[in-house]
Amino acid sequence: MIPEIGHYALILALAVSLAQSIVPLVGARTHDPVLMEVGTKGAYAQFILMCVSFGALAFAYGRSDFSVASVFENSHSMMPEIYKFTSLWGNHEGSMLLWVMILALFGALVAAFGANIPTSLKATVLAVQSWIAALFYLFILITSNPFTRLAPAPAQGRDLNPILQDPGLAIHPPLLYVGYVGFSISFSFAVAALIEGRIDAAWARWVRPWVLLAWIFLTLGIAMGSYWAYYTLGWGGWWFWDPVENASFMPWLAGTALLHSALVMEKREALKVWTILLAILTFSLSLIGTFIVRSGVLTSVHAFASDPSRGVFILVILLLLIGGALALYAWRAPSLRQGGLFAPISREGSLVLNNLLLSTATATVFVGTLYPLALEALTGAKISVGAPFFNLTFAPLFVPILIAVPFGPLLAWKRGDIRAATQRLTFAFVAAIVGALIAFALQGKPVVALAAIGLGFYVIAGSLAELVERSGLFRVPVSTAFHRARGLPRSTWGTMFAHAGLGLTLIGIVCETAWGLETIGAYKPGATIPIGGYELKYEGVSPRKGPNYTADVARITVKRDGREIGVMEPSKRAFSTRSMNTSEAALMTRGLGQLYVALGDINADKTATVRVYWKPYVLLIWIGGLVMALGGALSLSDRRLRVGAPKMARNRAQAERTA
Amino acid sequence: MTTQDQNETQNARPRMWVALVPLAAFAAIAALFFFRLGAGDPSKLPSALIGKPAPDIALPALETLAGPNGPVPGLDPAAFKGAVTVVNVWASWCIPCHEEAPLFMKVAQDKRIRVVGVNYKDQPEKALNFLKRYGNPFAAVGVDGNGRAGIEWGVYGVPETFIVGRDGVIAYKLVGPLTPNNIDTVLRKEIDKALAKG
Repeated sequence: MIPEIGHYALILALAVSLAQSIVPLVGARTHDPVLMEVGTKGAYAQFILMCVSFGALAFAYGRSDFSVASVFENSHSMMPEIYKFTSLWGNHEGSMLLWVMILALFGALVAAFGANIPTSLKATVLAVQSWIAALFYLFILITSNPFTRLAPAPAQGRDLNPILQDPGLAIHPPLLYVGYVGFSISFSFAVAALIEGRIDAAWARWVRPWVLLAWIFLTLGIAMGSYWAYYTLGWGGWWFWDPVENASFMPWLAGTALLHSALVMEKREALKVWTILLAILTFSLSLIGTFIVRSGVLTSVHAFASDPSRGVFILVILLLLIGGALALYAWRAPSLRQGGLFAPISREGSLVLNNLLLSTATATVFVGTLYPLALEALTGAKISVGAPFFNLTFAPLFVPILIAVPFGPLLAWKRGDIRAATQRLTFAFVAAIVGALIAFALQGKPVVALAAIGLGFYVIAGSLAELVERSGLFRVPVSTAFHRARGLPRSTWGTMFAHAGLGLTLIGIVCETAWGLETIGAYKPGATIPIGGYELKYEGVSPRKGPNYTADVARITVKRDGREIGVMEPSKRAFSTRSMNTSEAALMTRGLGQLYVALGDINADKTATVRVYWKPYVLLIWIGGLVMALGGALSLSDRRLRVGAPKMARNRAQAERTA
Repeated sequence: MTTQDQNETQNARPRMWVALVPLAAFAAIAALFFFRLGAGDPSKLPSALIGKPAPDIALPALETLAGPNGPVPGLDPAAFKGAVTVVNVWASWCIPCHEEAPLFMKVAQDKRIRVVGVNYKDQPEKALNFLKRYGNPFAAVGVDGNGRAGIEWGVYGVPETFIVGRDGVIAYKLVGPLTPNNIDTVLRKEIDKALAKG
């Protein structure tokens, strides 16, 4: 009964979304407040219905109701409770439901927090948002219904793919989807602006918090996914340039560009037409990512069970949404008014450079991802584009971005002084040299790595420059500087953290790539494996029983300078239901580096193939991502203060300020 | 419309074309997606072994497996000569193999061809149970316990199905299970092609 309620709620949500697609739009054109209000009410209704629908499926998963096909195919009654719940989105049907659930959530958020947006714009935005929702409800109901029943109900489920039986599944997809789907808001705003035929600085101010919110979650989602892949896949890599990773990375790059161009638009009314295009493209890239993952046109480690009929449906959705939006753009954009002149050397100029480089980087990833597809279509040749292409093309594009990063905030609007900015960055250049020297003293060559470390230090120190400048540190007493720094807008702090995070990630990547150690061998119990100053002793292997698997667990004691510092237990798990084995790597964090042990084959005499890595400063890769997200969050909290979306938040913020 | 607006619209004319660029680019990408959608699974690489002689490895028989005419023999590469052979690589632990097994009973009804099996990295008693459960379509079953022969055949995941021509040369390789869909559209078509080749 409960799954049917969920199914019915989904159908009702479709009905509501259809009404919401049209009525508010009519209201906006005829200036009828009652019709426009349908947008807000509809958004709430959709959200409530989706909660019911999602809750019903969650209930079926929690209860291991194998009469529901999706539960039968992806769950097992012996699984730990957390995985029972998360396996909901560990498959195509359920994850689509999560996708539309988040879409409905964002619609409701716009309805709730959009009080300061002009009613007609808000109504139009909610209508456009509802077009997206309606198409995806239809997609789920027609091709991927998660509520399909099985009769008779099987006694036991087929289990979740063992690789997905990990806490990572609880976190990674929801974060990523909030990021992907969050960009639908900027898309809806862009389309609404094109329909209304009017865009100004205020538009950018309304959109920016939503872009920022989506960007924060996408950043966290990508970082989390990278760490998950790193510890699960068992060969120590953290980024694979896999099509699906690229599918999440492209919206991130475009979204980062959008974040910066919207800033220009908000402050100076310039780059309007470009910002609108970026807003459309960012969400389009999210949609294309969805298409690539679920249609099976490209192979990937993330493959969902793919089905061409779904692919065709998603392609139709792409045509309607992206094609429609771009057609509208082609029609309306030329008549939009441009504004805000500026000199090439200025804050605007630096942000244009940022946008050029980021868009080129996005295009590079796009080409690399789709090239095999295009080549096969044209010549029939099967190739794969891998890390060498991306490392060769992407890295040179990102170096100028990183060099330019600290300059941006130091240049004035309209007309900047690059010499003054360079002077203020003197200590960043010094930091770069010191950083490279430290790296040289610790590790020596290669020179490229040293230069890259220097660049990382430069970015971090340079990010601090604006803060130092505005707080007057080194010029006024420390207490005064501290007081001033506290008084600076949070967006300044946000910029600093986001930019410094880039530097941290870069340093982590360089250290891991250039100075990581790896050794692999077959070891008898009692053997010692030396690596990076640590001694790992393989003690032997013993069986262990998990809830829905059995495991061979190897015991490895780790010594440093003759003193035992811990035990690592990499294991191999055998899942009987799916006849699949997984290798669970063991990790030991030492400072910012990690020891990483993965287990290969184990022979009858307990000789084990063991792969050991020492990864210096590897954690910086993800810490950098977290710091970037923190920067975004600080910026977002600042925007709430100034834009004052909801009244309640404003009051609370004021209370905080006075307290 | 004010004069200023008119001026702006006129100034904007040249940009009309620029504004069309994203749409045109998207149209091209959408067309690419459309044509690739129907093009089949990209993970299925053509085997490098097609057009090469089948590996010259004899495999031992599955013990105690008996057919209507006495014990079922192992795999003998010499027997490829003279008849079109369908070689199915399977294992009892492989889930898709369970799904395709009944379909091979149908394939084996075609008396123009020989259907043989390679039991890949399996335990003999489990393999016997598998054949008892679904029936044995194979005229010969070779046991590849450690997967060594699988390497020679270029197997990278079970199930895989090969068609070997009368000349002992591999004519076709199907990666993944036989399904009610591809049995006629793919496998039988390829069998007919191999038969027609003389």
